[in-house]
Amino acid sequence: MKMSVSVRIPTILRTYTGGEAEVKATGATLREVIADLEANHTGIAARVLDDTGKLRRFVNVYVGDEDVRFVDGLDTATPDGVQVSIIPAVAGG
Amino acid sequence: MPNLGNATALTCRECGNSVELGPYYACAECFGPLEVAYDIKGLTRADIEAGPRNIWRYKDLLPVPPNVAEIPNTEPGFTRLVRADQLASALGLQNLWVKDDSGNPTHSFKDRVVGVALAAARELGFKVLACPSTGNLANAVAAAAARAGIRSAVFVPSDLEQQKIITTAVYDGTFVTVDGNYDDVNRLASELAGEQEDWAFVNVNVRPYYAEGSKTLGYEIAEQLGWRLPDQIVVPIASGSQLTKIDKAFQELIKFGLVEDKPYKVFGAQAEGCSPVSAAFKAGHDVIRPVKPKTIAKSLAIGNPADGPYVLDAVRRTGGAIEDVTDAEVVEGIRVLARTEGIFAETAGGVTVGVLKKLVESGQLDPALETVIINSGEGLKTLDAVAPVAKPSANIAPTIEAFRATGLV
Repeated sequence: MKMSVSVRIPTILRTYTGGEAEVKATGATLREVIADLEANHTGIAARVLDDTGKLRRFVNVYVGDEDVRFVDGLDTATPDGVQVSIIPAVAGG
Repeated sequence: MPNLGNATALTCRECGNSVELGPYYACAECFGPLEVAYDIKGLTRADIEAGPRNIWRYKDLLPVPPNVAEIPNTEPGFTRLVRADQLASALGLQNLWVKDDSGNPTHSFKDRVVGVALAAARELGFKVLACPSTGNLANAVAAAAARAGIRSAVFVPSDLEQQKIITTAVYDGTFVTVDGNYDDVNRLASELAGEQEDWAFVNVNVRPYYAEGSKTLGYEIAEQLGWRLPDQIVVPIASGSQLTKIDKAFQELIKFGLVEDKPYKVFGAQAEGCSPVSAAFKAGHDVIRPVKPKTIAKSLAIGNPADGPYVLDAVRRTGGAIEDVTDAEVVEGIRVLARTEGIFAETAGGVTVGVLKKLVESGQLDPALETVIINSGEGLKTLDAVAPVAKPSANIAPTIEAFRATGLV
């Protein structure tokens, strides 16, 4: 059975999700989740990842409560039912 | 179209993509930060000097409507620039000034940024003034919204200093304490900003406008020095926005011919318990590795600072440096500033004084050159930091004999 997660989409990416603020995706790691998002919402991966396939400098991604930069980055495990959140990093202070 | 004075568009600092003035903060292409672009013509010192004694004298350089000064606001800015000869001599400098921003309406520099955010948010059609905050911004947003007659919604970490909780709650807006650190609260606010379309989170979805308010610190310092730039400036770093905007202000003053072009160095100050930008500077990195903060300087406790990379750019470009100090040095910084100049700074001010001392001792800052340091907030808001060491000299019976017996005569 495939791992299903819920992904919270920031306003600036909702053009790719038909205006949806939250979408379902599958994958055992964040990398797989983003690939699955791209399969269903073409163009979204290029907004989140840079040309070398790394997370863009100004994107924060959380799996559950954890900023993935504190865990395993794109290899962070995404257990079944977990909440993934994509957020612009340029906030606060 | 919103009327935001000379502001013309929002431009991405990373990729240069430009969008119309609106409630946008991250570039839709690359997530980079959007910055306000302007079309400013023929601004003179006399134009500015004819303005009110608050930040609105610089309104032509800000994304605000031309009548901004007439709409109810807290009228922040034009705080004193204090000649600090005794602090200078205590730390081995020859020419030192303290820009004392504790003199703002809610006693921190945040009144500046909130003033600009409120004016822009109004023009952009927002109904609620909101923020995630480490405390000072909470005070400023709650007060500005009260003064403007609109609703505020403020979110802070629940372990904040009691003084900053009370000085926010008293304005009677919506005020929520959150079980988490500032970065957790910031994340919550970023998610909420995507849901509550008429809420202006000043430092999230209207951040491009808000951040411009910090430029007024730079303008004032130059104007108060008699329309010239200092040689060196030391600025505390939380998100890093204040430092980058002071640098931007100096660059604009040069560009518009309001001051003579000259080299200056920008230095950054962090607390050791939350020093991601200082660590990156020292390691020669141009990316910031986020940290989990642990310091008494809670107003600087941002583990994932949004403008960190741009702080590194500004400091390296100008030939400055970034240092960090321990909590004990923060407390000593507060005490030496109080003892020598009669200025009671909050922990962020203690960080800046502590770092100034370290920069002089390590030879990174030239003690002979004219130097300005920023005191961004008021000591009464962080009493716990100095409570263990700031005590009366003695407690006595009301007699002369008792006083003599203390040896304090």
